[in-house]
Amino acid sequence: MAAVPAFTLRDTDGREHASPSQRAQLLVFAHAGCPTCELSLPLVETAHAAFGPAVEVAVVSQDEDGGRALREKHGLRAPFLDDSALVVSFAAAIDAVPTTVLLAPDGGELARFEGFARADWRALFGRMAELAGRSAPALDWARLPELRPGCGSRSNEPELAERLAACAADSPLRARRIEVGASDDLFEFLFDQGLTDGLPVVPPTPERVMRMLSGTRRAAQDVVADVPPNYAPATVEKIAINAVMAGCKPAYLPVVIAAVEAVCTNEFNMHGVLATTFFPTPVLIVNGPIRARIGMNSGINCLGQGNRANATIGRAVQLVVRNLGGGRPGEVDRAALGQPGKFTMCFAENEERSAWPPLHVERGFRREQSTVTAFAGGAPTGFIDQLARDARTLATSYGLVLAAANHPKHYLHGEIVVVVPPEHVDTFKRDAFTKDDLRARIQEVSARPLRELVRDETCAEGLPVELLEKLGADARIAKFRTPADIVLVVAGGEAGKFAAYFQGWVSGPLGSVMTTRAIEEQGENR
Amino acid sequence: MTTILDPTDERVPIRRALAQRHGSVTGTVALLDIIKPRGDVLLARLEERLRERLPGVTFRRYRKPTFTKPAPLDLRRQIAAECGFVIEALAD
Repeated sequence: MAAVPAFTLRDTDGREHASPSQRAQLLVFAHAGCPTCELSLPLVETAHAAFGPAVEVAVVSQDEDGGRALREKHGLRAPFLDDSALVVSFAAAIDAVPTTVLLAPDGGELARFEGFARADWRALFGRMAELAGRSAPALDWARLPELRPGCGSRSNEPELAERLAACAADSPLRARRIEVGASDDLFEFLFDQGLTDGLPVVPPTPERVMRMLSGTRRAAQDVVADVPPNYAPATVEKIAINAVMAGCKPAYLPVVIAAVEAVCTNEFNMHGVLATTFFPTPVLIVNGPIRARIGMNSGINCLGQGNRANATIGRAVQLVVRNLGGGRPGEVDRAALGQPGKFTMCFAENEERSAWPPLHVERGFRREQSTVTAFAGGAPTGFIDQLARDARTLATSYGLVLAAANHPKHYLHGEIVVVVPPEHVDTFKRDAFTKDDLRARIQEVSARPLRELVRDETCAEGLPVELLEKLGADARIAKFRTPADIVLVVAGGEAGKFAAYFQGWVSGPLGSVMTTRAIEEQGENR
Repeated sequence: MTTILDPTDERVPIRRALAQRHGSVTGTVALLDIIKPRGDVLLARLEERLRERLPGVTFRRYRKPTFTKPAPLDLRRQIAAECGFVIEALAD
């Protein structure tokens, strides 16, 4: 429990009162509209008359006008100190009013109780009599109720509490505060400062950031990662600021933090992902129980618009890279065309509709863990197979389509993410087709003789002609370097035999490697 | 008045002075291949033309391990120690 801090407050007549003073003090935190506060006021007045000035008795009023009205209504002479800013109430951790606190001359707390408790008041009169060296006045204690609960302290009202926490002496916030004039349009200001992705952002006020920080147990100044391309340290606070701007709820913050960790690894190579003139951007895939807890979409339209978690988690990561890392288009971001996933691309795997182990389990995590996997991918490319009725035939379509990924003559492709919809899952499941069966069939169908894949006079793209000598013109070349490069994720709505793939970029240690990070578990939905 | 928190890294960029320009090319020139396709072709042609124009100058070839990441610090130090000039070739 926090002690009453040292303070100076003015009373309704404008006089300053300090605490601690050289004397004992009885402070009663109260606000208007609280019947239990009103019940206590006659005792405050009695104490003021009986023990003052040896014991300084005062009401700490949480509302200025209400306090003045209460004082007049009850004809009190005890001073009412104005704590309408609630700074003292917040710092003293006042949960309910009235809270009655007896302080020693050095400010140490001798007694504290909430609400109205006859026995506590009676004991308090005894303590004050000792402190003042006088006898306690005779009171008809029996006419007072034994117990009355108090009312909630205004310093605990949600909006106010966050503002107070943000401004308190022990505030976890360290980011520079920017004052925007009342006549300025806040949204235009944020655009003008280059802090948005081209869409409006939620202004990151200190109270919103405080609320966002409640989504994680991590300390606000923990450094999560160094964000490319400027390798700026991303504290939890800075990530929270950008998550507010993106429109995240506090419950999403652990996902954003884990995603920032993932994209800022040397393996993921965010610097290269930005700097390339090609299409990649972080494609974020969320697995595990957190999907349901924060209401992510793994079903209908999961790669599209309309779900707040999907939309804002990906956007928050992009804003971190932009605002903290300095990765802005036209600067280090050199994409020739770019793609809409650079606003946001985040979805959840539909583990419940899968016939296979989910992505995170394949990547070494437990099913009950929550993870986010970052892949440097292009925009999703859709493809059709509405007619296949058996797994092998359906897998043939996958192979034929994927053979053309990036370019029909670009072979020895690295990682690619293929999103398999529930209706296709059902077909594969019926024939007990495993993920490895599907991968093998894709490799088989997409394989071409080397002679068709080398650069020639009709198409300059393709594999180097030197390979002909090394491997022979008839060597069959698989589309992907290894079957494991074909990353299969189940997602989408119940109806629709349409799949999609995210093309890769330079894949592997010389480019970008898919990266998974565990998400901190919060255990509750906020 | 509304207060917002700064979402950036709050750092002030360090300004570095450019190396002094002498108006002529002397000593050793680094030709850095970032290993994008056909970067070697560009550098070979560039070296050929520069050798014609600058007969007293030495050219040294360097390669980045991958074009997708910044040049490693050791490579940058090596080039700085061995050369007075550097030409970096992108190509495609």
